[in-house]
Amino acid sequence: MAIRTDTASAENLAAELPQRQHRTMWGDVWLRFRRHTLAKVGVVVLVLLVLGVLAGPLVYTVDPEYSFIVDDIDSINQAPSLEYPLGTDDLGRDTLARNLFGGRISLAVGVVAMFVSITFGTLVGVLSGFFRRLDNPLMRFTDLMLALPSLPLLLVIIMLFRDSLKSVLGPELGIFLLVVLVIGILGWMPTARVVRGSVLSIKEKEFVEAAVSVGTREPAILWQHILPNVLSPIIVSATLGVAAAILTESALSFLGLGFPSNVPTWGRLLFENKDFITQNPWLVIWPGMFISLTILSINFIGDGLRDALDPRQRR
Amino acid sequence: MPLLPAFTLSPNNPVGQYLVRRVLTIVPTLIAISFVIFAVLDLAPGDPTSALPETIRPEIRQQIRKAMGLDEPFPVKYGLWMRQFFVNEPLALIEKAFDIQIGDSESRLRVTSWGSRGVPVMDMILERLPQTLWVVGLAYVVAIVIAVPVGVVSAIRQYSVFDQVGTFISLIGYSIPTFFTGLLMILLFSVKLKWFPMIYDTNLSIADWDSFVQQLRQSAMPVAVLGFFQAATLARFTRSSMLDNIPMDYVRTATAKGFRERYVVIRHILRNSLIPVVTLIALGIPAIFSGAIITEQIFRVNGLGALLIGAIQLNDIPLVQTVTFIFAFLIVVFNLLADVVYGILDPRIRYS
Repeated sequence: MAIRTDTASAENLAAELPQRQHRTMWGDVWLRFRRHTLAKVGVVVLVLLVLGVLAGPLVYTVDPEYSFIVDDIDSINQAPSLEYPLGTDDLGRDTLARNLFGGRISLAVGVVAMFVSITFGTLVGVLSGFFRRLDNPLMRFTDLMLALPSLPLLLVIIMLFRDSLKSVLGPELGIFLLVVLVIGILGWMPTARVVRGSVLSIKEKEFVEAAVSVGTREPAILWQHILPNVLSPIIVSATLGVAAAILTESALSFLGLGFPSNVPTWGRLLFENKDFITQNPWLVIWPGMFISLTILSINFIGDGLRDALDPRQRR
Repeated sequence: MPLLPAFTLSPNNPVGQYLVRRVLTIVPTLIAISFVIFAVLDLAPGDPTSALPETIRPEIRQQIRKAMGLDEPFPVKYGLWMRQFFVNEPLALIEKAFDIQIGDSESRLRVTSWGSRGVPVMDMILERLPQTLWVVGLAYVVAIVIAVPVGVVSAIRQYSVFDQVGTFISLIGYSIPTFFTGLLMILLFSVKLKWFPMIYDTNLSIADWDSFVQQLRQSAMPVAVLGFFQAATLARFTRSSMLDNIPMDYVRTATAKGFRERYVVIRHILRNSLIPVVTLIALGIPAIFSGAIITEQIFRVNGLGALLIGAIQLNDIPLVQTVTFIFAFLIVVFNLLADVVYGILDPRIRYS
């Protein structure tokens, strides 16, 4: 392009600019993400589910613990009807209200546990990728953690610490913190491995070498050059981490070792209602369907993000 | 060219060397795992004598604690437990297996259950282990037998109807939790169609054809639930691994030399594509044992998982410790097996 010297054409250039499509990295990611049909479906379903459990209890104001037996002795194990949109359980409690309330807790556990595991996994991954001396011990530690039987260990830890945390922090908050921490601490290993791999490859790139050669200090290299470039694997594993955490919490509750019975998470609802499967199959179908839809849509979104964040796919 | 290299356990043979080296690495892993499990249970709050009757006086309670060795410092307790676990228990197992006596076996303390009054924990585990291994093993075999061919065909016929349907089903398969598929299967096949029994009967002994068929029928649903979940993950992975290999130069060379497509796919592409799949199979082992705990709960299979859940509810610490360690042991051993297969499939691994 010829160098423009006169101010008139510089003004012309400024006038041209707004008509050109302005592109940013995240704009590109969004464009590529939008091409992924299943991921779009996933976003829609997930947004509906999240809105439902957040706003649902405000609109649908039936108490999830209220037993309709008090009003009508026949109101147990009802199939879906106009009066009870999703039916009632063996104690005459409204299934929709319980599922809406349970979804809040399941989703909250998923998101918070994901933050725990991502923080820890990123820390371990970055440290072992960046500092050569830490690499071997940290990776041996990660391998050891991967060889641990996670579900048995989760069950054991929750059994052992449940009562003491309950007495300190109260039944709901105590169990919530315990479940979230334990799921997070036993789930960071895949993130650490992925992040380490990315850090190792980015560390060898020319721009890092350039930063070192102009005398940039290590913390600045880490924060300004390496971390922004490992963001995409972190985002993908955060997305999939939410799904994994929801799944783990449901499994714990399904085994009767998660939240107490007055806190109906989706997994807990499956656990409580699995013995009534012959009388009223709806009781297990609803929470199971909500868990599956959540996991499925998050996995679709994760797949879409993985493709969208991969710069090799840039067209 | 033979498909597998010759196997001898001599130090000069690279495969033998690789095997020995790999087997030795599991020792520190197992010790570290045993430490984690012991520490978690030992440092946890809670008193094992709390389940005893309230009428027992405090000084007697103290004596009971002392007799159980609870007053000792942590390293001593860990050392004693290690001796019990890694010396006494294996010796007792050998004695039982060959019906012989080694030394003074009466005075060797074995790890006993608190819940069932002094029954050795290992005996309880050995009773339950076959059920778990049967279901888990069969599920894994079913998963591999379904997943690998599906993945291969999906990759060769990429974007065909078969591929798209298969990809969609496998995405669903690995997103629906096992505890929900299990309940759905009970609903469909036990309650509605009455094809399979709802509850797994552990007392069933296989004596004739009829009882064998019954065993297969009652295993069908637990195995299907576990296998479907695992197959979904494996099929996705096999497909993408095949797709990575199909455009490679060596594939073009083989085709150019005039080999039939079937031969190129099986002998060249598949063998290379299976290498990462074997890693995934190894990484999936903890997941399938976790899945087994859940499946056993759904179908009331009387296996290790059910034993663990029962022990947790009874606060039976020795039993919980041992079952958790057995799970870890199984995971480590199966990982080792996968690694050995990996080494056989990929010479680059075993020579490095």
